[in-house]
Amino acid sequence: MLREARFRDDKEFSGCSIFGMMNVRGERFNGEPVITAIANMKERSNGLGGGFAAYGIYPQYAELYCFHMMYDHQGAKEETEEFFRSRFEVEGAEVIPIRECEGVDDPPLLWRYFLRPRENLVCSEEDTDDFVVQAVMHVNVKIEGAFVFSSGKNMGVFKGVGFPEDIGRFFRLEEYEGYTWVAHGRFPTNTQGWWGGAHPFNILDWSVVHNGEISSYGINRRYLEMFGYICTLHTDTEVIAYGVDLLLRRHGLSIRDMARIFAAPLWTEIDRMPPREREVHTALRQTYGSLLLNGPFSVIISNRHQMIGLTDRIRLRPLVAGRNGDFMYISSEEAPIHLVDDTLRETWIPQGGEPIVAELRKAAEEPEEAGAQVITIPATDRA
Amino acid sequence: MKSYLLPQFLVDRDDYRCIRCEVCVRQCAFDVHWYDGEEDAVFADESKCVGCLRCVTLCPTNALVVRHNPTQHPPNANWTKEVLQNIYKQAETGGVLLTGMGCDKPYPIYWDRIVLDASQVTNPSIDPLREPMELRTYLGAKPDALKIGGKEGKLSLETRITPQLKLETPIMFSAISYGAISYNACESLARAAAEAGTYYNTGEGGLHRNLYKYGDHTICQVASGRFGVHADYLEVAAALEIKIGQGAKPGIGGHLPGEKVSAEISRTRMIPKGTDALSPAPHHDIYSIEDLAQLIYALKEATHWEKPVSVKIAAVHNSAAIASGMVRAGADIIALDGIRGGTGAAPTMIRDNVGIPIELALAAVDDRLRQEGIRNRASIVVAGGIRSSADVVKAIALGADAVYIGTAALVALGCHVCQKCYTGKCNWGIATQDPYLSKRLNPEVGARRLVNLLNAWSHEIMEMLGGMGINAIESLRGNRLRLRGVGLTQEELDILGIKHAGA
Ligand code: SF4
Ligand code: SF4
Repeated sequence: MLREARFRDDKEFSGCSIFGMMNVRGERFNGEPVITAIANMKERSNGLGGGFAAYGIYPQYAELYCFHMMYDHQGAKEETEEFFRSRFEVEGAEVIPIRECEGVDDPPLLWRYFLRPRENLVCSEEDTDDFVVQAVMHVNVKIEGAFVFSSGKNMGVFKGVGFPEDIGRFFRLEEYEGYTWVAHGRFPTNTQGWWGGAHPFNILDWSVVHNGEISSYGINRRYLEMFGYICTLHTDTEVIAYGVDLLLRRHGLSIRDMARIFAAPLWTEIDRMPPREREVHTALRQTYGSLLLNGPFSVIISNRHQMIGLTDRIRLRPLVAGRNGDFMYISSEEAPIHLVDDTLRETWIPQGGEPIVAELRKAAEEPEEAGAQVITIPATDRA
Repeated sequence: MKSYLLPQFLVDRDDYRCIRCEVCVRQCAFDVHWYDGEEDAVFADESKCVGCLRCVTLCPTNALVVRHNPTQHPPNANWTKEVLQNIYKQAETGGVLLTGMGCDKPYPIYWDRIVLDASQVTNPSIDPLREPMELRTYLGAKPDALKIGGKEGKLSLETRITPQLKLETPIMFSAISYGAISYNACESLARAAAEAGTYYNTGEGGLHRNLYKYGDHTICQVASGRFGVHADYLEVAAALEIKIGQGAKPGIGGHLPGEKVSAEISRTRMIPKGTDALSPAPHHDIYSIEDLAQLIYALKEATHWEKPVSVKIAAVHNSAAIASGMVRAGADIIALDGIRGGTGAAPTMIRDNVGIPIELALAAVDDRLRQEGIRNRASIVVAGGIRSSADVVKAIALGADAVYIGTAALVALGCHVCQKCYTGKCNWGIATQDPYLSKRLNPEVGARRLVNLLNAWSHEIMEMLGGMGINAIESLRGNRLRLRGVGLTQEELDILGIKHAGA
């Protein structure tokens, strides 16, 4: 389905289920428990979208940008591949393996590519990321019928139209092993099925799954446009992902600062803070007020090193966190956490606006992550 | 010469109700009413009546009705009553037609063709009586990005934030000079701004010494006449505003007649008593954008870079490009004044025919600054025809950071928009320097009326925000998706950057 052929509402409205699971030692596990967990929240989705992001699944290509692509037609594929060849060394290109699955119909063409930016086109590491972001924008905006599911390293997004558990089986996720998995089941009210519209939404390493309806969407989007982000999907999720990229990667803020922007404390709370803290919080709201996410949301934001859960500042959507040894969980509901981990004892409900951050231990020593010094957020160690 | 002008208003007096108290006689500064002792009756010279309704409002027995003179001129769509009366007036006086307040012509009022959104099902609306609802607004330049150092728990801000104005509600009082209005009206505005946590603007008439104590809530204007501009004046202000133009009279200067220049005004404006105060049309040190930049930096330098500097222009055809230049010239705040903006005195033809509606100018300026990636470098404040809290909400959703209200504030003080401010005889004690008239406005009562208005509007804004599922004003600012047009052409919708209702 063409993007343009969808309804012309301001944006898509949806209710949803979200689930995230991480092994903080970086030990990898297959997609089975995540499928089980998200299936357990079935009444939170309506079969119009499901998806997964998995980190650590391509250790043999850990250095390369992996593009998961969907194409509506062969022409879009050819055009995109030509574009890729002009910008990247294409080290691998293959069909994403699938199986026939009831409830998943009319899939688009699904391909993945392992790409290395051409050296003569980029100079530094930061430039490389910007270069990749621009390539993603180009494909999404300029090439009709092509859409980038994901563009990070050693990770990939699998998503489509259907219930999430069906999508998981369709993509044979039990055959992949990753150390962080996030999943999403969707309940859109105004979209016809379009595979690109399912969650997670991804840019570079960052993936976002989101449950909510952001009332500030109009200004969040216009603010991001000032920084060159073009919102093609008309979803809150896309806006959050670009916001994360802007704040953490480009502006070098910490995850906590990002939470203070997305779910800012009330002025009455800020006024009561000690002077230095008050100054910082005031400046954050003054500068980034246009990125305040107003209205109900809960979200899981992930990259290669972290999995972050966050709800809106007055906590209008649910979020539960859980921990059992090396495993961290973030979920819309508590039951699925216990379903996949029956020895788990520790669960808690975070305050509105308070981020839950699960972080890989000793990320730099990860064996597969030889390039792990490429931490996209220099400020995170502060936390 | 016999005047061919017809009275604009008729004064009907119910003789049965009239108790001959002569309140009307004393209240009307236009000398319409007089009492004839021999006949024990009150009469009216209707040719002088301006329709300010002072006598009607104060008549203890409701004996008076003032109504528009229904006499018809021969029907003619071209040569209307107004056109003919203007020509008679000019044939009799040979003068420029003068008027007060804002343009009263029926140009489209876009506020009335824009409707607001509300939450239903997919997100909850928020009840402002039970949940926090934030209207606090900061005006001034914001950095592109922040740098924050230190460790969690001991954060430190490494980016310097330039000076900001803190508003508890996104509504300020427009520039109205001491001279155009009475001291008591100025004091009412100053006290109300201080009490409500917002700002009023001195206009170009300087600042009376007695009002220096409200300096923290005062925006001091620097206009082409430089009246009353001196070191203390700049020092005491919370912010400075360079006035380039005014919506009621874009491109022309001002003229305060000598009769109004009393001893107090002479001291405040620093001009000899009884002389005309003439504001030149342009600033004679600003003939180009780089000259503006120099004045902006001169003012910042003079005030130790401690105050934001605003630049106010009338909304004209190329406002967007001009505003972009102003931001690049260092303005922290862009004040835009639309065609419906008020004035103490302006040539009628200018007031009614020059400038553009504020809604269109606002949308164009906000768009342009965003396209150029500099929207954060200045706040936008709009003025000129903001009549209600709904107008405020729509202005903010179109992209304004805050609004200025002038006419609405004066109406709260009693103004009945008779448009005769330039006569100096305002019966409501506002646009006058006559002590007999100005004492009718008690600053304490005036301030209370203004604070009540701001409180009422703020509550209404909170209700509308809550209905949209938004609990902070910054999430409405520039959020044009929450607006829809009704009965607008595609071109108008495109300029406003909104969709038509139903789409
Ligand atoms: S000018 Fe005002 S006070 Fe005088 S008669 Fe007319 S309405 Fe009454
Ligand atoms: S301020 Fe006075 S003179 Fe001016 S319009 Fe209002 S009531 Fe009339």
